[in-house]
Amino acid sequence: MTSPVKSTSALLYLSGVTVSFDGFKALNNLSLLVEPGEMRAIIGPNGAGKTTMMDVITGKTRPDEGEVVFDGQADLTKLDEADIATLGIGRKFQKPTVFENHTVRDNLLLALAGQRSWYRLLLAAPTKAENDRLDEILTVIRMGPQQHMLAARLSHGQKQWLEIGMLLAQDPKLLLVDEPVAGMTDVETETTAAVLREINKSHSVVVVEHDMSFVRALGVKVTVLHEGSMLAEGSLDQVSADPRVVEVYLGR
Amino acid sequence: MIQRFLWRGLDTKLRLFIGLVLLVGIVPPLLNLLMPPGSPFYVPAWMLQLVGKYLCYASLALAVDLVWGYCGILSLGHAAFFALGGYCMGMYLMRQIGSRGVYGNPVLPDFMVFLNYKELPWFWHGFDHFWFAAPMIVIVPSVLALALGWFAFRSRVTGVYLSIITQAMTFALLLAFFRNDMGLGGNNGMTDFKDILGFPVQADGTRATLYFASALALALFLMIAGAVVGSRFGKALTAVRDAESRMRFLGYRVEGYKLFVFVLSAAMAGIAGALYVPQVGIINPSEFSPGNSIEAVLWVAVGGRGTLIGPVIGAFIVNWTKTYLTGALPEVWLFALGGLFVAVTLFLPRGIVGLWGQYKARQERTKRTATA
Amino acid sequence: MLNPRPLAALVSVLVSLVLGTAAIAADLGSLVANLTTGGFGDRETAITALAASGEARAAPILEALSAGRLYVRSADKLVVIGKTAGNQLALTDAITGQPAGTAAEDALERVRVNNRLRGLIDDAVGSLTLMSPDPKVRRSAGDSLFKQRNPAALAAVEHALAAEKDAGIKRVFAEARASMMLASDEAPKAQKLEAIQVVRDRGDRDSLGILETVASASQDADIKAAATTAAASLRQTLSVWEAAQNVWYGISLGSVLLLAAIGLAITFGTMGVINMAHGEMVMLGAYTTFVVQQTIRAYAPDLFEVSIVIALPLAFLVSGAIGVLIERTVIRFLYGRPLDTLLATWGLSLGLQQAVRTIFGPTNREVAAPSWMSGSFLVGQIDVTYGRLWIVVFALLVFATLILLLRKTPLGLYMRAVTQNRPMASAMGIRTPRVDALTFGLGSGIAGLAGVALSQIDNVSPNLGQGYIIDSFMVVVFGGVGNLFGTLVGATTLGIVNKFLEPYAGAVLGKILVLVFIILFIQRRPRGLFALKGRSVE
Repeated sequence: MTSPVKSTSALLYLSGVTVSFDGFKALNNLSLLVEPGEMRAIIGPNGAGKTTMMDVITGKTRPDEGEVVFDGQADLTKLDEADIATLGIGRKFQKPTVFENHTVRDNLLLALAGQRSWYRLLLAAPTKAENDRLDEILTVIRMGPQQHMLAARLSHGQKQWLEIGMLLAQDPKLLLVDEPVAGMTDVETETTAAVLREINKSHSVVVVEHDMSFVRALGVKVTVLHEGSMLAEGSLDQVSADPRVVEVYLGR
Repeated sequence: MIQRFLWRGLDTKLRLFIGLVLLVGIVPPLLNLLMPPGSPFYVPAWMLQLVGKYLCYASLALAVDLVWGYCGILSLGHAAFFALGGYCMGMYLMRQIGSRGVYGNPVLPDFMVFLNYKELPWFWHGFDHFWFAAPMIVIVPSVLALALGWFAFRSRVTGVYLSIITQAMTFALLLAFFRNDMGLGGNNGMTDFKDILGFPVQADGTRATLYFASALALALFLMIAGAVVGSRFGKALTAVRDAESRMRFLGYRVEGYKLFVFVLSAAMAGIAGALYVPQVGIINPSEFSPGNSIEAVLWVAVGGRGTLIGPVIGAFIVNWTKTYLTGALPEVWLFALGGLFVAVTLFLPRGIVGLWGQYKARQERTKRTATA
Repeated sequence: MLNPRPLAALVSVLVSLVLGTAAIAADLGSLVANLTTGGFGDRETAITALAASGEARAAPILEALSAGRLYVRSADKLVVIGKTAGNQLALTDAITGQPAGTAAEDALERVRVNNRLRGLIDDAVGSLTLMSPDPKVRRSAGDSLFKQRNPAALAAVEHALAAEKDAGIKRVFAEARASMMLASDEAPKAQKLEAIQVVRDRGDRDSLGILETVASASQDADIKAAATTAAASLRQTLSVWEAAQNVWYGISLGSVLLLAAIGLAITFGTMGVINMAHGEMVMLGAYTTFVVQQTIRAYAPDLFEVSIVIALPLAFLVSGAIGVLIERTVIRFLYGRPLDTLLATWGLSLGLQQAVRTIFGPTNREVAAPSWMSGSFLVGQIDVTYGRLWIVVFALLVFATLILLLRKTPLGLYMRAVTQNRPMASAMGIRTPRVDALTFGLGSGIAGLAGVALSQIDNVSPNLGQGYIIDSFMVVVFGGVGNLFGTLVGATTLGIVNKFLEPYAGAVLGKILVLVFIILFIQRRPRGLFALKGRSVE
């Protein structure tokens, strides 16, 4: 990575990214562009490298080779998770992870964009603006009445909602969403698609998903990963027609 | 500002508890000093010494709880910070002996004369002044905690690995302090103290004061810990404990949080150790033995990790039992201690305070269902 | 150094040596008689003469003299050796070696010696045994003369050298001669220079001492220079041997660490269970050995030599069974809570220690080494004890067996399946609880085997295990968790590093440095030397 960071208009720019674990190439010369305001779906069979790609973007895994640039200037390969999150990349995990021993409101407070340094937080009390923002989000996710309840006591669906609230509170420029509808009913899947489209109005979103009907419901550009590299890109209909994609999904 | 910070963290329960601690700190020494020895209200000196020791242990337990209960760092080396604080105090007390030692050397402590030291090692300089020794009691353990924590947290050593590292640290210190050429008394450590701040260590008044100081320190630590865990910092801290990587993806620099509580906790342990030494009259390398640190963890587990009151209660209960059993049935004590470790982890993971909380919650639920 | 009188005696003896042994045998009586007469000065002459005679009886007579057990019977002036038997002394004729009845102490007159004479006698006995029919005795006599460097025995050595048939012993004698030559003032320069080479070629620590003395004390510039050069080159050779010796010590320590850590590598490395009572499993193995040995001593003393071999399977079973018991009653309730497991097993370790203390007492128990495990031999200048060698072999055997077990047996297959994907293994019909218990039992059993080995080199006490637990964790973590070969490399590396630090830093400081090194190492590579990488790690 001796070359200076490339200036690009893309919000997220991956070029020639390679990651190997003990000889196994989880990502192999992967390149990907996400424009500001875009929503992108990433699909691919198991082991295609979807999660590793997310790990690379969020700083959890360092690539062996390649460039990862955010917002045209930040070289993500040199930053850690906290830096990258502060830059404005949010990540939602497949399993809802909320802070179980905190109240709903505290969960949102922890996620709220702004103060992160430990010595400031020792003395800081939530400001009026922060409290207003929390109330606003609580209204959006319809959890005002449960705001003082411990997150551990929420139902599965409520936790999903709380997590979406936390993402809203974090207010990232780019949101990475990992298999959001795994284990959901059809109705819940529909609702989630709608929520994501809503979020996409003000944020860029990258969704990793298995579920084809969900991807269809999103109606966005699709990237197909296979064995760590990009196999095809385009609308869902286009990529479904691609014989290589068909072979990867059905061939074996 | 600081006052508000300290006061804000306290809920009513904690305020009451701190009041209780202060009461325990004031009443017995007064009874010891003012009542005649024959009176039923007289508190004998040995009792003051014993409870004074427990108060120091309670401070150590609170320090362990702050990192373990609130931040998920199971330190198996906290007794090392306690002992380092104790050694700093021991060095000051050794220098206060002056020429009253067995060998009558005005500068060198007895063990150095015995080991043919020609002059005072460089790190002993300054310890003849309390104004120098007192900050050292805080600085020495803190710097060790800072160095260890900085390395460990930055490279994301967590969980069991971190525990083993802390244990290795205290083990290495144990070996080091056993050496005579460490210049800290070797195997025998330091003892035969005479004066502290010009007052004889053995005098009733000094004992009562040290006892009170131990209670005061505990009360202060409870306030500080309450303020820390009650702040937004504390919320972030427990979130780090429960889901560290989630906090990273939210943009929190987790290392800073861990490092701060780790150092704060080490400083508390150091002060507790410094108050402990003049009361028991000796400090030696066995204080570093890994078993001591794990025992401190047990006090927290018994009382209730992740609560502020729990460690204090745990330290008193376990140590009182220990005093009783090692006196009455010495064979049984280690079985009891071992059994306690197993029983608490298997049946009482939230400790005594947690048990009380469960009981209250169940009562509340039955009341609610009754009214509904 | 030599006064003329003994020298004269020596010359006379030398002459008689050349004349043949038979002539001297007849003379033995007069030689012994000379011992008992005259002052200390005369006695000195007599001792030297007797020593140089090469008589078989000379050694016991001189030893008796040195010990103050040589008497002259007042009644008949017979020289006898006395041995306490009740109130009386049992007598032996000094010259013939035949029993000569008993006598009370006051019927005898002791031949007195002083310390100076005792020293002389010791030297003399050394040269006497040069002619012994036992090659071992001859060799050790040659060695001791080499170290004593007393030129007085030169003639005796020359004589023995000429008579010697065994090439190895011949060399030892030649070396002894060289060392004496260097200590003598008379030897010609050429011989001395030759001797320097002989001593240099012997190549051990004593040789270096001799060369250094010559280099500093010699008056002759050539000899001084030759000795200095030889000493320097020998010093270099020796430092290589010393390094090799340290490597061997390191391997030996490494094998101990490997034995202690290998069971932990299974319970901690593959199951993720942190067992603080692992050291106590080792301790139980050592106590099993003790019990087995006591039983064999009492009931089947013939089997004593193999008692350790018998203890091996029993130690495995005892520790393994207790391991299974612990897993079933405590640890299985704590899966997924590593810190609680740590605390609970610490509690178990306290209980086990106290139990053993109650049963066997707090003091050290002695486990004797069988004869095939005692003694040592030299490889070049490396001193190898049989006990350590067997432990290295044993550690490697256990390691190899374990690898085979994991790779080739169904249990190994199940174990690997369960560690990699528990729900899947369970779905395929593997009884995961049983596999957990067996895995834990296996790790504990191996710790028991380690205990058998450690009983040979460490004190068998209730605290035995405590000394190894931290080291074992360090080895496993250093080598890389979940990687048995990492454990092997880790143990060997730490063993060798430890032994190389010891000479410079001392044993304790060396250990501290190793601990600090590992602490720093874990910071850099938290997953160890041979880390598994990838998503599954988290």
